[in-house]
Amino acid sequence: MRCPGLSTPVINKLVWENLKHRPVRSALAVLAIGVEVTMILTLVGLSRGTVEDMAQRARGVGADILVRAPGTSLIGLSSATMNQKLLGFLEQQPHVRAVAGTVVHPIGGVSSVTGLDLEEFNRVSGGFRYLAGRPFRHDDEVIVDAYYARQNNLRVGATVRLLNRDWRVCGIVEPGKLARIVIARDTLQNLVGATGKLSSIFVKLDDPANTDRVIASLKQQLPDYPIYSMEELTSLYSVQNVPGLKAFTGVVVSLAVVVGFLVVFLSMYTAVLERTREIGILKALGASPGYILNVVFRETALMALAGSAVGILMTFGTRWAVMTLIPASLVQKIVPEWWPIAAAIAVGGALAGALYPAWKAAGQDAIQALAYE
Amino acid sequence: MSEEILIRTRDLRKIYHVGEVDVPALRGVDLEVKRGEFVAIVGPSGSGKSTLFYILGGLTPPTSGEVFVHGNDLTRMTEAERTELRRKEVGFVFQRYNLLPTLTAADNIAIARHIAGKPLDEDANFRPILELLGITHRLHHKPAALSGGEQQRVAIARAIVNHPSILLADEPTGNLDTENSRVVLGLLRDLNERLGQTILMITHNPEAAAYAHRIVRMRDGRIVG
Ligand SMILES: Nc1ncnc2c1ncn2[C@@H]1O[C@H](COP(=O)(O)OP(=O)(O)O)[C@@H](O)[C@H]1O
Ligand SMILES: [Mg+2]
Repeated sequence: MRCPGLSTPVINKLVWENLKHRPVRSALAVLAIGVEVTMILTLVGLSRGTVEDMAQRARGVGADILVRAPGTSLIGLSSATMNQKLLGFLEQQPHVRAVAGTVVHPIGGVSSVTGLDLEEFNRVSGGFRYLAGRPFRHDDEVIVDAYYARQNNLRVGATVRLLNRDWRVCGIVEPGKLARIVIARDTLQNLVGATGKLSSIFVKLDDPANTDRVIASLKQQLPDYPIYSMEELTSLYSVQNVPGLKAFTGVVVSLAVVVGFLVVFLSMYTAVLERTREIGILKALGASPGYILNVVFRETALMALAGSAVGILMTFGTRWAVMTLIPASLVQKIVPEWWPIAAAIAVGGALAGALYPAWKAAGQDAIQALAYE
Repeated sequence: MSEEILIRTRDLRKIYHVGEVDVPALRGVDLEVKRGEFVAIVGPSGSGKSTLFYILGGLTPPTSGEVFVHGNDLTRMTEAERTELRRKEVGFVFQRYNLLPTLTAADNIAIARHIAGKPLDEDANFRPILELLGITHRLHHKPAALSGGEQQRVAIARAIVNHPSILLADEPTGNLDTENSRVVLGLLRDLNERLGQTILMITHNPEAAAYAHRIVRMRDGRIVG
């Protein structure tokens, strides 16, 4: 007998038709798995995106070397503890063309206010590019970047409340250079009780080719200070180095997997109950318990794969939302390396959820199922 | 019809356990069926006819007694061996047709082949059988789009697609009108006469029983003639 369309094994048709038979239930299960996958991918994308954005902004300064206070980590938001006199010392070193000291004060979440001496900073970085307004001239003025302005609906002349004080926005600058919120350095130092202290120092050399030589010499003279080349920064600004993030990721992934597990459990459990007769028929035809398991697991895997695809697509939606609504707080990156990982997590969780329903189906009594009434 | 005995039971008993209650469904059945026979089994409701089929077809083990199908001793079979028996030796046809509702007629037949681990295209001899059953033009419809008679003919095709040694039909015309019953019964007789298919058929209808070579009567879990 030749039947057109039999090139797909008939078991796959059965699986597909089963899913189509209850479109709402199947769609909801797929959507739930999609949400699971999006949760994982969005978290990964936000962690990476935000951390990499920090690194990029640090590199955007255009310096060659970064000096930090002893005992501080790159990402942990620590207060300013480095003596400002170090600026003079660094400026005297061979090959050093300019230095700029910064004070960074956390204001919640991953946001912070940065204090700069603009003249000093301009010598190292070439200065901000102003999209509107001008540099600060008074100590109640603040420069913000375009993302922060967009997120908070700020224009030049607007008032913004930071550190329990009102500030007037004097300039809006292109994003990508060090900070999103900038005020005068001495103002910030006085406000947070860190007069004469710095968080980081950016060092610009006459020629980047001298970076290694200068770092070696600085490390000898300042043995306790973490000193990085800008090359190193990208690898140091890594998700692994954010305190607590790994545990947080673990919690969110586990929650996502539990949700996927429960949804699949419920969906396949009702499907199996509803198909008592069909399972009895398959058994009467000689289907082994393994064959029944195969049908249930294929159906589950197909749902999980479809859910993974939906979840990946939804990640572009969450990225759009983050970019539109909170571009200054968080940056979400699309991380394709994680697509197969998230899909594997979703498929694994779904198969685990289908385990009990499948086992129940495989062990079902065929003659009870086939009884006339 | 050959002299080879395909089915033999001796003092076959089956007790269902329903909670604390034991329900004796078969109370000592002695039956012999030769290859190529067409046997009708008649008897009142609850007399154990379906139970006898479930045991012969390997869907449930007997409680005691002897039962052989095509040389296989069913009393000694494991669950897995009974599964294999269903796959290779037995074809079931039910009163309710029992087609898989989400698959087309063709796929309902194909899945029986798939379960048996055989590709469908291999069997060139099956085309004439479908023509005999008169369903070649209905193969791409789902059961809901088929009449009862057509569904039952598809179910028969599915039951014999793996060339079972016995076909067990449990009230195959129970849901059909007179016209369709005649068609289905005629087909069963054709399968028996032309292909030598051994058939056991449960029926309530004396007219249907008349299609068989031999009538076996059951009452209260025993054969009474
Ligand atoms: N799965 C079952 N569980 C418990 N009792 C059953 C089951 N199937 C049948 N019986 C009982 O066994 C007896 C024989 O039933 P059955 O074999 O269906 O007879 P028939 O097919 O002749 O109507 C009846 O008393 C019926 O109630
Ligand atoms: Mg019955």
